[in-house]
Amino acid sequence: MQDHLYNFLLYLGDNALILGHRLSEWCGHGPVLEQDMALTNIALDLVGQSRNIFQLAAKMQGEGATEDTLAYLRDATAYKNILLVEQKNGDFAKTILRQFFYDAFNYPCYQRLMQSSNKDIAAFAEKSMKEITYHLKWSSEWVIRLGDGTEESLRRINEALEDLWPYTGEMFKYADFEIAMTESGVFPDAAGIEAEWEQEVKNIFAQAGLELPEKAWMHDGGKHGRHSEHLGYILAEMQFLQRAYPGQKW
Amino acid sequence: MNTTISKEDIYAILEQVSDPEVPVLSIIDLGVIRDVVLHEDTLEVVITPTYTGCPAMDMIEVNIKAILQENGFDNIKVTTILSPAWTTDWLSEAGKQKLLDYGIAPPQGSSKSKRALFSEETGIACPQCRSTHTEMISQFGSTACKSQYKCLDCKEPFDYFKCH
Repeated sequence: MQDHLYNFLLYLGDNALILGHRLSEWCGHGPVLEQDMALTNIALDLVGQSRNIFQLAAKMQGEGATEDTLAYLRDATAYKNILLVEQKNGDFAKTILRQFFYDAFNYPCYQRLMQSSNKDIAAFAEKSMKEITYHLKWSSEWVIRLGDGTEESLRRINEALEDLWPYTGEMFKYADFEIAMTESGVFPDAAGIEAEWEQEVKNIFAQAGLELPEKAWMHDGGKHGRHSEHLGYILAEMQFLQRAYPGQKW
Repeated sequence: MNTTISKEDIYAILEQVSDPEVPVLSIIDLGVIRDVVLHEDTLEVVITPTYTGCPAMDMIEVNIKAILQENGFDNIKVTTILSPAWTTDWLSEAGKQKLLDYGIAPPQGSSKSKRALFSEETGIACPQCRSTHTEMISQFGSTACKSQYKCLDCKEPFDYFKCH
């Protein structure tokens, strides 16, 4: 059970860290200043959330583990994030849609984690929930604006949809550690998340004039450490300093 | 440790620590100090972060330790708690006035109001000319705790400390 809890924490932290890192790549490259700041604000929230989670995981592991060793000294196969969050930023439309799919999933997840039987998890979920609410509002508004915008913005978000849709199924394909957490009340009522996600996506897509794709074959593997080649590149950049100069501090 | 020291004395010292990103606010105004505990040989200060990813928190911790050391305390422990989650309702009235004087519109309304959290907040008074004829430019501002607004009368852009 302790192993499952530890893996579950890594899974939550890895999702937040990797997506936060991806968004941070936008710093200085946003389409307009306000949106550059929005992207980096959200990146900061997500990296902050991963820190809280890794601090808990590090305490569980002991043996000198810290939030930093978990972020900087694990290789790709030890990362448990879903494949969606490691996908490349692409253009603004792709980043927005990836964010929306994740936020619409994260929101009902953290609503449940606020009711967690684990007090530490409930505390960071309560803290994170306010931020996740802002994220979902922002990404939903942009999906509507791009879908219901110009011919060009519609073409781009449809392209993003084609690329990203096959990565959405993994969110609801629960790993053994998630099932164990649901059974023990740490992650209550996980089964209801998929329907809530679908409802949210349908609702926003209807306003955006986008069509929900057919059920398709879905990628998975991230939760078990089987990643796309993208994660290796992310870690190469993120971990470079600690790998080249072990223990280096600011 | 000096046993004649009271919690109030500690709070008075901590009043001198300012928020690194909004320097007109003390950490007392901000409401991040949740408790001060005088243990036998240690002074414990319990803080809570405003935003999860707020980069000012590490600096606040360093500054708390520094000011207490200057005041003769050697064993200081700063503990972070997450629950109950910080809310702008904890900003002191003095703090809100300081924000306004500094040119940042203070949060209007309570974080408990769903309207304030979910929809665009309207009627925010411009800190320059006090007009409420203003509009939001972006939900995200120069720091995580602020959004960007524009005054439609005096045309000045300004930061709004959003309800959280």
